[in-house]
Parts: sequence; C-alpha cells; structure tokens
Amino acid sequence: MNFELTDERQMLQDSLRRFLNDNYSNEKIRSLLDSDTGHSVDIWSGLAEMGVIGALFSEADGGYGGAGFDLSTVFEELGRVGAVDPLLDTAVLGGGVIASAGSSTQKVLLESIIDGSMHLAFAHGEPQSRYELSRVSCTARREANGFVLDGQKSVVVNATAADYLIVSARSAGDVDSTQGISLFLVPANTDGLTLTDFPLASGGRAAELLLENVRLDGSALLGNEGDGFNTLELANARATLAICAEALGLMETIRALTTDYLKIRKQFGQPIGKFQVLQHRMADVLTEIEQARSAVINLAGHVDGARDAREKHVSATKNLIGLVGKLVAEESIQMHGGIGMTEEYELGHLARRLVMVDHRLGDSMHHLERFIDLAVA
Amino acid sequence: MNLNYTDTQIQFREEVRAFLDTNLPEALSTKVRLDKTLTKAEHEQWHAILNDKGWLAGNWPVEYGGTGWDAINRHIFEDEMARAHAPRIVPFGIAMFGPVLQEFGSVEQKDYYLPKVLSGEHWWCQGYSEPGAGSDLASLKTRAERDGDDYIVNGQKTWTTLGQHANMIFCLVRTAKEGKPQEGISFLLIDMHSEGIKVRPIVLIDGEPEVNEVFFDNVRVPVANRVGEENKGWTYAKYLLTHERTNIAGIGFATAGLDSLKRIARNEMSKGKPLIKNPHFAAQLARIEIDLMAMTTTNLRVISQAAAGKAPGAESSMLKIKGSEIRQEINALTRSAVGCYAMPFVSEELERGSNQLPVGPEYARSVTGTYLNNRKLSIYGGSNEIQRTIISKTLLEL
Repeated sequence: MNFELTDERQMLQDSLRRFLNDNYSNEKIRSLLDSDTGHSVDIWSGLAEMGVIGALFSEADGGYGGAGFDLSTVFEELGRVGAVDPLLDTAVLGGGVIASAGSSTQKVLLESIIDGSMHLAFAHGEPQSRYELSRVSCTARREANGFVLDGQKSVVVNATAADYLIVSARSAGDVDSTQGISLFLVPANTDGLTLTDFPLASGGRAAELLLENVRLDGSALLGNEGDGFNTLELANARATLAICAEALGLMETIRALTTDYLKIRKQFGQPIGKFQVLQHRMADVLTEIEQARSAVINLAGHVDGARDAREKHVSATKNLIGLVGKLVAEESIQMHGGIGMTEEYELGHLARRLVMVDHRLGDSMHHLERFIDLAVA
Repeated sequence: MNLNYTDTQIQFREEVRAFLDTNLPEALSTKVRLDKTLTKAEHEQWHAILNDKGWLAGNWPVEYGGTGWDAINRHIFEDEMARAHAPRIVPFGIAMFGPVLQEFGSVEQKDYYLPKVLSGEHWWCQGYSEPGAGSDLASLKTRAERDGDDYIVNGQKTWTTLGQHANMIFCLVRTAKEGKPQEGISFLLIDMHSEGIKVRPIVLIDGEPEVNEVFFDNVRVPVANRVGEENKGWTYAKYLLTHERTNIAGIGFATAGLDSLKRIARNEMSKGKPLIKNPHFAAQLARIEIDLMAMTTTNLRVISQAAAGKAPGAESSMLKIKGSEIRQEINALTRSAVGCYAMPFVSEELERGSNQLPVGPEYARSVTGTYLNNRKLSIYGGSNEIQRTIISKTLLEL
C-alpha cells in the first residue's frame, strides 16, 4: 500500500496549484460568472500550455497521463479554487469518447483538444432520462449517405463554446436498452441544431439542444453503430471520478474557510469556534471529508480496471460525494451565519458549485439504487 | 382530547377559503407558487386587499384596527393563506412593530403610526443585527447620543430584509455604555429618508438583493421617536421576539411546499415511471411528511396554550428548529426532484433585464434559488444554535 502521489503527479499538483492560485480569486470568479463565455480564455490557454489538458489523456492518445490518479490530481486542484473551466466537458467527456471510440481520422482532433484550441460538449442527457445512462430517446435514422438525428438534449454544458458536440442517439432498440445507442461527432455549425444558452448555478454555461432533421454523413459516427453504450459508460465513469475529485477540492477549501471563520468571528466575547457545539459539528465535517477523500481514492484506483469493480465504485463514490457535499455546503453556510448567505463572500460560489455536483452524472439517490443493483441485490 | 376544530372554527375556515377564492389575484398566487420575488407594488396590492376586508392585522386587537382573532383563528388564516399561495403578509410592520408599539408606545405614537401600518403609508423594516452583533444581539454598537430634543445616531445595521422598500425602520440603538450590554439599549423609530442614512443592497447566494446594510451617519432622530423608556429597549425587543414566533413553525409554507413537491414528482420521470412511484424517492418524501404531520400537531398544541392565554416560551424555539429543518428538507428534496434542471442559474434580476429564454419545466426554475435562499431559515430570527441553547437552559434547566 502506498497512498502518496508519484513524483510526476506531485509536480503536476504543485505547479497546477500555483497556477490556479495566481489566476483565480473571488473577484475573478465573480467576473466570470457574469461573462458571456462563462470561463476565461486566458486561463484555458494557460492550462493547455502547462500540459494540464494533456495530463488527462494517455500517451497513446497524445497526452502524458490519463490514468485515474491523473484525473483526480487535476480535478481536486480545480475544485480547490472553484475553477469554472470546462475540462470535464471538453477533455474528460468529449475527449474521452473520441479517445475510446474514435477512428484514427477522428482522433486527430485530440491534438487540438490537448493544445487548447478546441472545445467539445457532451450532449447525452434528455428531459426524461434522469441520469439513466441507457435511456436515450433522441433518434438516429439511417439515410443513404449517413444519418438523420432528431430529439432534444438537456443542460449541455459548454455547448456554446464547443466546436463539436458529441451526441448520443438511438438507432435501434427500446428507449432504455443498452443496445442500439450510437454516438456522433457533430460540428457545432451543422444545420438543424438549435442552442439555447444560459448560465449555470455552478458557474460556466450550458444550453438546451434541439436537433431537428440534423443530417450527418457516415463519417460522423463514433465507433460502431448501435454500440455506444460501453463507450458512454467508460466516459461517464472517468467523468464521475473527475467531478468527485473536484467536489473534494471544493470541500477542502470550504472547510478551511469555515475553520478560519470560527477562529476570527467573535460573539459573546469569544471566538465562536470555542463553542463546543460548533467544534463537534466541524469535527464531523472533517471526518466526512476524509471519507470523501477515501471514496475518491477508491474510484481512482478502479477506474482503469475491470468493468464490474469500476462501476461499483462509480456509484459508491458518487453517492457518498453527493451526501457529504450537501452536508459540507449546508454546515459551512450555517456556521458562517448571515455572511455565508451572501454572494459577495467567497463561500457562496464554492458552496453552490459543490451542491450542483449532485445534479450531474447521477445524484446520490440514483447511485444508491445503482449500487444496490450492482453490488447488493 | 379532541383533534378537531369546533364548528365555529370550521365555519371560519370556510369563510377564509371563500374570501381567498374570490379575492386573491391569480397573478399573485402564480408568482408565489413558483417562488418568484414579489415587487413592492404587488406586496402593497395584497396588503390593501386584506386591509379592505379588515384582515390585514390578524394579531392586533380590534381597538387598533386588527381582527382580534385568537391564536387558533390566526393559525387557520395563515394556513389557508399558505395553501392558497397567497403572498405572505410582510411581517415587519404588522407582526413585529405593531405589537411592540401597542404594548409600550405612547398614545400619540399609537394614534400616529398604527393607521399608517395598516394603510401601507409606512413600510417598516427591522434594524437589529449589526456586522458584529448577530447571535449576540446585545453587543450592538450603533449609538444614539442626546442633543437637545434629538438623538444623533451613528453606526450600521445589516441583514435588513426588504429595507429597499421601507420608509421607516425600528432600531435598537445603544444609549448607555454602563452596566450589562442589555441595559443600555433603546428602541428608536427612524424615518429612512432622514439625512445621513444610506442603504446598500446585499445580494444573496440565490442572486437576489433581498437584504440590505443600513448606514447611519449623524442621523437626527427626535426623542419623541423613542418607544418607551430610555435604556429599556431590550425588554421591548424580547417582547417582539415572542410575537415573531407565533407563526415561527411555518407549517403553512411547509404544507404548500410539500404539495408542490408532490406535484413535481408526479410530473418528473424516473426509469420511465413518475418519480413519485420510485420507492427510494417516495421513502424520502414520506419521511418528511410523517415529520410534518407530527409537527402540525406540536404547533397546534403550542397555539392552543397561547389561545388559552399562556404566552409561548421556549416551546417556540422547538417550533422554529423543527419547522425550519422540515422546510429545508422539502427544499432540498425538491431540488433533487427536478434533476438536471436544478442547474440553470435563474436570477430574476437577470431575467428581468435580458431576453434569456426559459429553460426546462416552469416549476423547476426557482427551485435552486429557493433551496439556497431558505438556508436563512435556520440562521435568522435567532439561529437554530441559539434556539437549542434556549431550550437547554429554559426547558431542561441545564
């Protein structure tokens, strides 16, 4: 057993932490929340230049990492500053699908992703699908030279910035069948796509995506027709690890802010951190964050391995992170009192972003049910 | 034991329902149902409708223009209002300032101020909390120094809810530094348009400027605007705090919130079936409903005692803790129920100024904002930690 980072990952962590601390501040985040793009183009280029995007891909795909612990190292650091950069969307989800299912021609795009010049969005969830990975009602109909797509995709994060959208659509099978799901690489300027852009409570932007008679040629297909589910599941597993590690980073910063506040805020003639009731609750928060860290380590250690163990850990970790995230966000606001309710104070964005983690890639209830199916029943 | 309302009370409930049915404008109830922020004019419109009926001041005696209702009738009224998605009565003038003035104000003050509360000419806000005085309210520092027939007020108040709409503020100010902190506090009524007052909005985590900071820079306030005796303000404020607590459980809000949650869960789908049929979701919802059923009776037990003339004491602390926790659980489960449509940031401030298209089902739009905003329920009006201390000191004598 060894729970230390390798030297390479330690260096990655140190330099990324320095870069993010230099480039992110409460003021910076607040200006990004109000911006049209939702994230900073300069920070994105900086991350690419440092090789942070490359760290999320294997050497075979042109990167220099791509393993579970690379993902968790990067995303924990992003979480610590409440970063709003769409690495999850462009690299882990979008890039991940291309890396695992793309043809050699399609994989050429990975170079542009890694060098920071291209954005992707992952258009999978639908208004009725509620986190269920196999529930796809968007349709892909075969036509002479390719496919015609119709349907609707919900809350597609980073869609407006994306050069390509990865779209899942059903080419065969029942609405919730794991068979018959096809994946497509769709240029953002394709006719028949309508994007309705909006800001997210977590920071960043997303769009509702309407597909009406979207004609694609056969080369847009990612992987084999009807065989997309396994690709989806793997990309989802890696993205779950990433967002859980990010949540962990958010929790660490929130805990530090709250602990500091308990030391400086005085009421009844003493720092409120001297009150035992708050000490005990903060001790619980700390203990639960350590549980969250272990869950992230569990998933990082299994995400590159066999499917059954991997998926069991996906659901275990996402369930635990959802519950602990809620506890940490709510307790930290409560212990801050009124100041914790304000937009101006640093905690606001961090707590909101942490709470929103439970609304992506399956909430704690979804993953509880999935864990029961995979590992209990 | 009899868990039922009397015939007279049932008749009263029917009367309230019929009134709301005819007189509650649909535009208002729709906004309330969707948790949208009401404008000042909309609040005033609803107050005026209630005032015309003579039902605006449910907690005031008849002699001051109130209804004279007992605690049970007040509860029935508040419950029906919440179920009908009527706007809540803005509490600062009616529920907070009125009772204090009636108990401790001079005849001149009562004659002057009370009719203006009812007519809406005065919109009151509360000047209690300060940056350094939250849970420890008695440590407040805003000072009022005598200068002839005036006080000169300097300092800062914060968390002043809807202060942006107010033209009057009732304030706790320090008039003496000697003795215990509670002993040097006075209760002053201040015109918000006085020279030297500045109001700065505070945007909360749901994006709404619901509360404010109020700054006092050499503000002249006539001594005649002091309620009761100098340095006795703490007693008056404590009296007000018990009044603030008669509807503290928020049972009506919880009941209406649970109804909304069920409606949403019948519309949302989970694995091809309505979410409400999902046993894991249903179990969470049921747990809340079971708590709310018991809480409703706990609330009525306290109210019955109040109707029998016993002022609620530390019992209201239990109502506040349990009531706020139940509402927060409902808000959290509602957020879960709408799934990915909790993610869009829907600031009404932004919405008003842009042509942003609505996203997702209408019922999902305010859900995250309400969840975030209602974290305040366990913070304001004496945090739940303070309430627990009151219970352990007063009821448990620990």
